[in-house]
Amino acid sequence: MDLLLILPLAIPLGTAVLTLLLRSVPGVQRLTSVLGAVALLGASGTLLWRVATDGIRAAQMGGWPAPFGITLVADPLSAGLLGMTAFVAVAVAVYALAGMDEARQRFGFHPLFHLLLMGVNGAFITGDMFNLYVWFEVLLIASFVLLVLGNERRQLDGAVKYVGINLVSSIIFLAAVGLLYGHTGTLNMADASGRIAELRGSGVEATLATLFIMAFGIKAALFPLFFWLPAAYHTPPAPVAAVFAGLLTKVGIYSLIRVFSLLFPDPTGYTRTVLLVIAAGTMVVGVMGAMVQRNVHRLLAFLVISAMGYILMGLGFFTTLGLVGAVFYILQDVPVKTTLFLIGGMMERDTGTARLGEMGGLYQYRPVLAAAFMVPAFSLAGFPPFPGFWGKLTLVQAGLEAEQFTIVAVALIVGLFTLLVVAQIWSRAFWRPATEDDVQASGSTSQRWALNGPIVALAVVLLAIGLYAQPLYGLAEQAAANLVDTQAYVDAVLGPSAGA
Amino acid sequence: MIYSLILQVATRLLIPLLLVFSVFMLLRGHSHPGGGFVGGLIAGSAFVLYAFSRGVGAARQVLRFEPQTLLGVGLACALGSGILALIQGEAFLTGLWADLYLPGGIHLYLGSTLIFDIGVFLVVIGTVVLMMFSVEERGPAVIPSRRNDTS
Amino acid sequence: MEALLAIVSGILFACSFYLMMRRNLLRFVIGLIILGNAANLLIFTMGRLTRDHPPVIPYGAELPIEPYANPLPQALILTAIVISFGLLVFALVLVFRNYLTTNTLDADTLDAAEPDEPLDVHTETRRLPA
Repeated sequence: MDLLLILPLAIPLGTAVLTLLLRSVPGVQRLTSVLGAVALLGASGTLLWRVATDGIRAAQMGGWPAPFGITLVADPLSAGLLGMTAFVAVAVAVYALAGMDEARQRFGFHPLFHLLLMGVNGAFITGDMFNLYVWFEVLLIASFVLLVLGNERRQLDGAVKYVGINLVSSIIFLAAVGLLYGHTGTLNMADASGRIAELRGSGVEATLATLFIMAFGIKAALFPLFFWLPAAYHTPPAPVAAVFAGLLTKVGIYSLIRVFSLLFPDPTGYTRTVLLVIAAGTMVVGVMGAMVQRNVHRLLAFLVISAMGYILMGLGFFTTLGLVGAVFYILQDVPVKTTLFLIGGMMERDTGTARLGEMGGLYQYRPVLAAAFMVPAFSLAGFPPFPGFWGKLTLVQAGLEAEQFTIVAVALIVGLFTLLVVAQIWSRAFWRPATEDDVQASGSTSQRWALNGPIVALAVVLLAIGLYAQPLYGLAEQAAANLVDTQAYVDAVLGPSAGA
Repeated sequence: MIYSLILQVATRLLIPLLLVFSVFMLLRGHSHPGGGFVGGLIAGSAFVLYAFSRGVGAARQVLRFEPQTLLGVGLACALGSGILALIQGEAFLTGLWADLYLPGGIHLYLGSTLIFDIGVFLVVIGTVVLMMFSVEERGPAVIPSRRNDTS
Repeated sequence: MEALLAIVSGILFACSFYLMMRRNLLRFVIGLIILGNAANLLIFTMGRLTRDHPPVIPYGAELPIEPYANPLPQALILTAIVISFGLLVFALVLVFRNYLTTNTLDADTLDAAEPDEPLDVHTETRRLPA
């Protein structure tokens, strides 16, 4: 029995329970929350290390053998995402101590945050279709409550749109799961990948693929299903927005990669064109939306969408190199987006406004924040030596190799526009000389440590990934090899005999 | 606020019945249709009825625990039943069963799934009551909007 | 029988999409409820319909009496019902709360989070250094 696969689910659940029961003693509750996140990082880190060295691990829940029971599987992609999730979880848990108001912390931020982590981890680690649906719902209900926590009017407003569209997406996914079960007789993803061959080329296969693209496309905010994201992500406080931006869309795109590599590994069909067109639309719409925004949080929300396009582009090529690029990009994008949203929160906190046009003087008065901002921002724009550069470089190489020149051109142009957007933030909020009311002193020294510490830690790790990309790139290569040739995954789940 | 006398008298009779029936459903779920979810809904509806007839404040007093505590204890039960199997060296969430022969010829066949079901029971009561209270009380104190609300 | 249920499920999907495209938020939530039921009915039909016995093992036996109904879709639907119960209750409370703050259920008035923003060129030119 593999304890390592249980811990990424059991630790957040245990922490959620403890923080819920300890809510009358705030000090202990917050300590538990941070310790729980650290323990999760330890467990996920160990799992990642073991998967990277020994290969794919699987565990059967409740002693029911696959494909009848629920299987947990950790391949390099899942394990890498689990590790990144735990890493940003620690950063956000520390940031929230000072960056979240007392009332919200008391009314349940900590339990909900850990419940959300459990849902995200569960979605990354499960090998069962229906179980994936259940984890989606776990993370959705936690995110719903986190989004409205505090009951501000604009939070309710954003939440109505977020809740509505995400419920529709869940039900589309549920219908797709039902169809898949009806035609293959199994819910285990590895088992289904063997049995779906009988449906190859039929209308059922096309219907299933469309339903999965719709369901996961809404979750991942792909063009043209992205409208809910910029409507909601700027309304909650920075720690909540940061964990949403870092993780939730990644769950959607991860599921898309997982389902397409296992069920529809069709490198030439028209699905590839569809995916590439969607990818181009997502990139362009994201960056164009970001250019016209005057509110820093809404601007960042549009940049989240743009990054999804790059990842989908890698999946659309469906070559090994393309998938290496996609996996590398998705892994480094988790801390990039989290850092950016945390910094966005700091910018509003220090200048008292979220409007870029009214900010100024941050470079002068908050040099640490300014230095930390450089890393994720220029990584997003694809500057060497930041990690985003390696991701984009690989994706562009893959595109040239696959002779998809149009999308490569779109990606490069979108990269330029992203640079423009980032430079706009930099020149307005950071470089512009301060007027007397611009930067406000806020918080005690310990508060500033809790706020700046996680941001600096995230930025340093990102810089380290950029300067020494080989370990993460090697992991992405392993993950891509397993996505292209799924035999290892299937063997790990069903046992080696099933492949023969 | 005036509460209906008819409803008050009727709930006085109904609530004990509902609560006993909910426990019956919970235990029956052991090997027949029923279980923690249905039982929890029935028990939750008893408290909702009480809130309708006497007000949310009175229902909170009768419940004794805050709904959040019920949620926490329920989730802890569910997690505990899974970990119990791990301690025994079985796979996570494996059902463990015990035959107990008590004096007086009572034969009990108990499983760790019952602990999980009790957890579900408590979580469902907690959810139903929490949602109900939050609608009736217009929620916890509304936090004033941050500066620059329109941005 | 399968054909009939498939048609019913299709009608339910159509009704729910119609309701969800209305501007009234309460109708949207009702549409969601119907959509959930349509998906559940779809799963039930996809699991193939069998008459005769429930998939419950009699006391002392090892297997249920053949032929018995497929228990898996029922388990899936039960789980889906439990989950959608929680989510729909939340959605209803959310719409109600939103109604309390805005006094309307019209979806077109939902612009508190995304107001029309002026390009505020004026503020910027004033504050840019000469």
